[in-house]
Amino acid sequence: MASLANYVYLIAGALFILSLKWMNSPVSARRGVMAGELGMVLAIAGTLLNHHNNWEWILAAFLIGSAVGVPIAYLMPMTAVPQRTAMSHACGALAAALVGTAEYYQSQPHGFVMVALIVETLLGFLTFTGSLMAMGKLQEVLPSRPITYRNQNLLNFVLFAAALGIGVRLIFVPSDTFLFPVFIGLALLIGVLLIIPIGGADMPTVIALLNSYAGLSACAMGFALDNHLLVIAGALDGSSGLILSIIMCKAMNRSFTNVLFGAFGQVQASSAKQEQRNYRSASAEEASSILEAASTVIIVPGYGLAVAQAQHKIRELFDNLTRRGVDVKFAIHPVAGRMPGHMNVLLAEAEIPYDKLVEMDDINGEFPQCDVALVIGANDVTNPSARNDPSSPIYGMPILDVDRARTVMVIKRSMSPGFAGIDNDLYYMERTLMLFGDAKAFVGEIVKELPAKVGA
Amino acid sequence: MPSSLEVGLYVFMLATFVGLEVIRKVSPLLHTPLMSLTNAISAISVVGAILIISNPGATALSKWLGFIAITAAVTNIVSGFLITDRMLKMFKKRGEKH
Repeated sequence: MASLANYVYLIAGALFILSLKWMNSPVSARRGVMAGELGMVLAIAGTLLNHHNNWEWILAAFLIGSAVGVPIAYLMPMTAVPQRTAMSHACGALAAALVGTAEYYQSQPHGFVMVALIVETLLGFLTFTGSLMAMGKLQEVLPSRPITYRNQNLLNFVLFAAALGIGVRLIFVPSDTFLFPVFIGLALLIGVLLIIPIGGADMPTVIALLNSYAGLSACAMGFALDNHLLVIAGALDGSSGLILSIIMCKAMNRSFTNVLFGAFGQVQASSAKQEQRNYRSASAEEASSILEAASTVIIVPGYGLAVAQAQHKIRELFDNLTRRGVDVKFAIHPVAGRMPGHMNVLLAEAEIPYDKLVEMDDINGEFPQCDVALVIGANDVTNPSARNDPSSPIYGMPILDVDRARTVMVIKRSMSPGFAGIDNDLYYMERTLMLFGDAKAFVGEIVKELPAKVGA
Repeated sequence: MPSSLEVGLYVFMLATFVGLEVIRKVSPLLHTPLMSLTNAISAISVVGAILIISNPGATALSKWLGFIAITAAVTNIVSGFLITDRMLKMFKKRGEKH
């Protein structure tokens, strides 16, 4: 029977790999989810085959978990998906950490198993509190700006060294049970302190990184329990989180160390350019006639669009222009949104076809031929000083080349600078029109102006 | 015969490389559903939690820790797979209907 379970695990492992492979295109992605679900069912069934003592406990936990999970999946608004993701990193990491803790108290293992167990609990507890902090920041229950104090990195380093020291001691002398709660406490504290200095703008990277940690923690559990399926699933999750965080770092032109220890908000905006600069503004009516006359339009959405709940108005604008034969595309910067790929989900929810959502590298070449670039709720990712001005704090960050479009229109509440406090030269260009107002209301007005002009 | 640890390390190495290659090919369009999917998959720690709780020598502490761990992991499994599918259903090409 034990060997049957191993073969079931083998199939489950293959299904997990297929599941991720099928995520390479929206066409096969739902098949990927099915493969993942089947893999999970097999893994659980294979385990229960030989291990069903205390089944009442297991059943009760399954029922409670499902009762919590189903409403989360169906009721969670898409804007809150980053928070949910952070929360599930916390849950996953907690599960791994608690299993490690239980195993330690049950058998106080020696040697390599203990090494794996220490890694599992350290990463697990640290990711648990870290993810809760990230969730709090995303939900804005906690202040999303970085919280810094003197010797912050030194303190973190000392705490980490202490946790590591205790961990090593426990590896050599597992019977020192009194040290284990101290170890847990330190891991929990480190998780909190690591995320405190990280600002809201860096959350996409942090979420991806925590994803990686949660996976590695599950992987370490696989070593502790000598279960290869856990190793495979954990390694897949770990590498996925790693790749996503590297992509996010590149998209912001930052390094890991800079995100984790740099406290971005500390960078002072170059306040030299405080002089009054001229800009042009336009009304919804003017904007709609420009859009109507265009043959190609690229819409550049940022998170401000989601904050204003303007997705559905944008869809109306998209539909209206498309019906008139205007070619409308969306330019998606990797960090547009609160987690990797978030903006795509928000626009897909508004029923904008995904073949019109174009990634930064693919669309940048199209801006020079585009009649109108319409920027909605995006700021720093369109700032040409990232390309031209070495003194700018965002210099070197890959941006959308909006400034190369024939006409640029920016919907914005006022001229105040964005999240990072950096002035945007785009707004002062001669072919830029500023459209002042709430994104949702303004797009609504543009749409209203459009149909009146049919055939006029 | 290689030890179980050695086999484990080989599995880890190969799975990491497979993971890196496969994930690299995922369209950036789907990075959010990807993360919720990997999240659900990494809740495979439910297997570990079942092993802990069903151990004949499980203490009351192990049972309670295992109980919380299963609950947390199952929450992730259920909400992770379902929300991924809910998101993917929204991704439609032009002209595609529900």
